Amino acid sequence: MANNYVGQRIKRTEDPRLIRGLAHYVDDITLPGTLHVAFVRSIYAHARIKGIDASAAEDVPGVVAIYTGKDIAEKIGPVPCASALPELKVPDHRVLATKKVYFVGHPIAAVVATDRYAARDAADLVIVDYDDLPVVSDVEQAAAGGPVIHENFGDNIAYKLTSGEGDIDAAFAAAERTVKQRILHRRLAPIAMEPRGVLARYFPGEEELTLWSSTQIPHLMRTQVAIMIGIPENKLRVITPEVGGGFGSKLNVYAEEALLGWISMQLFKPVKWIETRRENIQATIHGRGQVGDIEVAFRNDGAITGLRYNVFADLGAYHQLLTPAIPTLTGLMLSGAYKIPAIQINITGCFTNKMATDAYRGAGRPEATYVVERALDLVAAELGVDPIEVRRKNFPKPDEFPFHTATGLDYDSGDYEAALNKAQGIAGYAQLREEQKKAREEGRLIGIGVSTYVEICALGPSQAMPAGGWESATVRIEPTGKVTILTGASPHGQGQETSFAQIAADQLGVHINDITVIHGDTGVVQYGIGTFGSRATAVGGTAVYVAIEKLKEKASKIACHMLQADASRVSFEGGKYSLRKAAAATAGTSDPVVPVGEAPAGALPEPQTEGKSSLTIQEIALAAHIAKDLPPDTEPGLSATYFFEPKNFTFPFGTHIAVVEVDRETGDIKFLRYVAVDDCGKVINPMLVDGQVHGGIVQSIGQALFEEVVYDEQGQLLSGTLMDYALPRASHIPEFELDRTETPSPVNPLGVKGVGEAGTIGATPAIVNAVVDALSPFGVRHLDMPIKPENIWRIINNDSRSI
Amino acid sequence: MKKAINLSVNGVSHSDEVEPRMLLVHYLRDVLGLTGTHVGCETSLCGACTVMLDGQAVKSCTVFAVQADGAAITTIEGLAQNGELHPVQEGFWEKHGLQCGYCTPGMIVTAAQLLDRNANPSREEICHGLDGNLCRCTGYQHIIEAVEYAAKKAAG
Repeated sequence: MANNYVGQRIKRTEDPRLIRGLAHYVDDITLPGTLHVAFVRSIYAHARIKGIDASAAEDVPGVVAIYTGKDIAEKIGPVPCASALPELKVPDHRVLATKKVYFVGHPIAAVVATDRYAARDAADLVIVDYDDLPVVSDVEQAAAGGPVIHENFGDNIAYKLTSGEGDIDAAFAAAERTVKQRILHRRLAPIAMEPRGVLARYFPGEEELTLWSSTQIPHLMRTQVAIMIGIPENKLRVITPEVGGGFGSKLNVYAEEALLGWISMQLFKPVKWIETRRENIQATIHGRGQVGDIEVAFRNDGAITGLRYNVFADLGAYHQLLTPAIPTLTGLMLSGAYKIPAIQINITGCFTNKMATDAYRGAGRPEATYVVERALDLVAAELGVDPIEVRRKNFPKPDEFPFHTATGLDYDSGDYEAALNKAQGIAGYAQLREEQKKAREEGRLIGIGVSTYVEICALGPSQAMPAGGWESATVRIEPTGKVTILTGASPHGQGQETSFAQIAADQLGVHINDITVIHGDTGVVQYGIGTFGSRATAVGGTAVYVAIEKLKEKASKIACHMLQADASRVSFEGGKYSLRKAAAATAGTSDPVVPVGEAPAGALPEPQTEGKSSLTIQEIALAAHIAKDLPPDTEPGLSATYFFEPKNFTFPFGTHIAVVEVDRETGDIKFLRYVAVDDCGKVINPMLVDGQVHGGIVQSIGQALFEEVVYDEQGQLLSGTLMDYALPRASHIPEFELDRTETPSPVNPLGVKGVGEAGTIGATPAIVNAVVDALSPFGVRHLDMPIKPENIWRIINNDSRSI
Repeated sequence: MKKAINLSVNGVSHSDEVEPRMLLVHYLRDVLGLTGTHVGCETSLCGACTVMLDGQAVKSCTVFAVQADGAAITTIEGLAQNGELHPVQEGFWEKHGLQCGYCTPGMIVTAAQLLDRNANPSREEICHGLDGNLCRCTGYQHIIEAVEYAAKKAAG
């Protein structure tokens, strides 16, 4: 029987260790003699450092060393930015502040002590003498002039970029109608439940450094840290043990990662730093942070003829790995699910005295989807038609794919109407509108919000990526028949230990429990790119798939040799190479016997092949390792490696419908329904896909209704703990009604598109559109996120018109 | 000045001298090596550090080890009995109630207490009971289903 794991709800192989508390995150690893690091961080957003007095700190029992910016300035290279944009200004970003601090949380000194309490005590005793400077907190003010953050640049504009195709000026000149809206995308904190953390151990004899780090990109980090601290890359090993979530915040190379490695090399001791949540909100990248104006030109029949987005991107004080690139992804995604002949984005990327923004789940695409989906609702409101009508009007038809957008992309495949129709059907859309009408007559405020999104996934072709867009896999079958998969992807909750095993089990015809997926160790796994951009299954899974095809080519050759038949007479099914029926009649017919265990102690058992008509691939693996009877010119062993380079991105899509009720008395927002129909191409494990969608939608609920990193005009962080930074909790969520359509991607042989970011891209506008719809009787056409009960209460109470 | 404490953790007695300021979560993790209990926020808001202290779910990042003197503690490592998963653990596995797994031990301990107090909770009661625990991955729906599964399983 052939296996049929792909497409099934297979329970995760990762889970037994996690649900029993037996998994190991960075802080769970303790090495003898480990020293602990605590950071002294800036309490000012912008200040000159006049002096640092660490004498009291040095006297704290247990303190081993204290490092400041001047100790390391010449020894550790700058924190890298991988974005290459024309005329991009890149500040010199050292791992510790040298002359100036540029944001609250900027690391100034590292205190090393024998335990974490002593390190913290001593860090609190380091006296930093600051000379505070004028602060640039607001992104539009940063662009307008005033104090300059990096004096050598002359102003705070890191780059300006215009992109898009079509004649945008002509589109607006000829427009029958236009709408315009200023839209804010607040800064968000990714808040992976496990904060960042690093354990570094230098082996002075071997001159090797091992870094255990909570990262999404072990290999890219190894390359960058090796350059920063000047250790040969092949002497640096990066291990990502269990990683407690990332959402883009760990798709980076941070100052602390390089510094911890360097400190271990100075002290010849293991050193550990575990980020506190306060540090996490101060000094781990933020997401979003855009202020923009969206303008749409359209015809009276609802056809969109042009779209322009002028946006100020709040980059923060420094560039982290991808900081400047994120708004460019916004530009790519501005066509949404629609045929828009002319699109233009004008980006002004600005330095501010804040932590850097960078990739947070969706990374630039949620911003685009949000402005486009808000704009479509504005168009519908202008025309007085249902928002769905405008969407339908502008969809490309299924036979128009691959579909070229005016943002320069070629969408791979899609049937946007199918997903919309399905979602409408599940929601009972027409009836919902009836109910809404009735509810309004009763004075209840019910809103229905729709979003028909597209996203760019499976990042991506190397041409479009700063450091390679491929992914790698090695698959080998061990002598005992167990299958080992080494993937260059670096899953941290997505479940690819299970889904990759599903793919392999089907292809090899072996039991899923015979497969182990190894990831996140540069000492074991071939170079890889990592997990981000909804790429791991579409790109990394494909690498696994093709590696197995390669492996099977070799296994097939060996099988033919062992069965003494040419390839035309041998077929592979259900994990066995068998002589075809006609051929089998002339050979033996006995079933294969798994030979393991019959060998004398210490020797590998000999495969028993005499007179057989079929051999399992696991028996062939044994023969390939014993290697006494292989076909001529065949390498021993049974493994294959493949680096998969995708030819294009993939473009998942879907329709989300949110139904909310606003409490007139309190302004509280309650979900009545939430329907999501997502199309992420072929599905390997529907349970994992549902989990990704749920999680993404709830992060959208957070963005739409709760979350906001708040800095005041002095650049002080006002939302520095989870007491002030509000995250969605269990009682905030509706019961999700999910479904799917399945349009395979032609970009990879698995037909998968990716789903990691669908929820955060599709859901935010659906929720905001629903709340705006609920308040439309008050003349509301737009609300900025997070939409708090207070804002709503003010709207309701400043407007006494009855409805 | 260190202070002597005696307590039982997952049925095993321990006697140690600890600094009065040592947090219970650090005692469990760093002294006893029970690293299944995690630290997520240090301000008792996320619940990743939840353990049972004399039958009450507490956030061990805001309990001092000395406050647990004389207490019986159960951590995530102590929930499975004789190799048999606790029904809540089983529910989390069956219903995909976890992704990165970091919040999971605290979430499971909290859910176990919830079911101790209310064997047949409604969805609303489950949500209310889990409101002190944050999960950033799952969106909670599968966690709620996991608790429902455990309730059904425990009822036989």
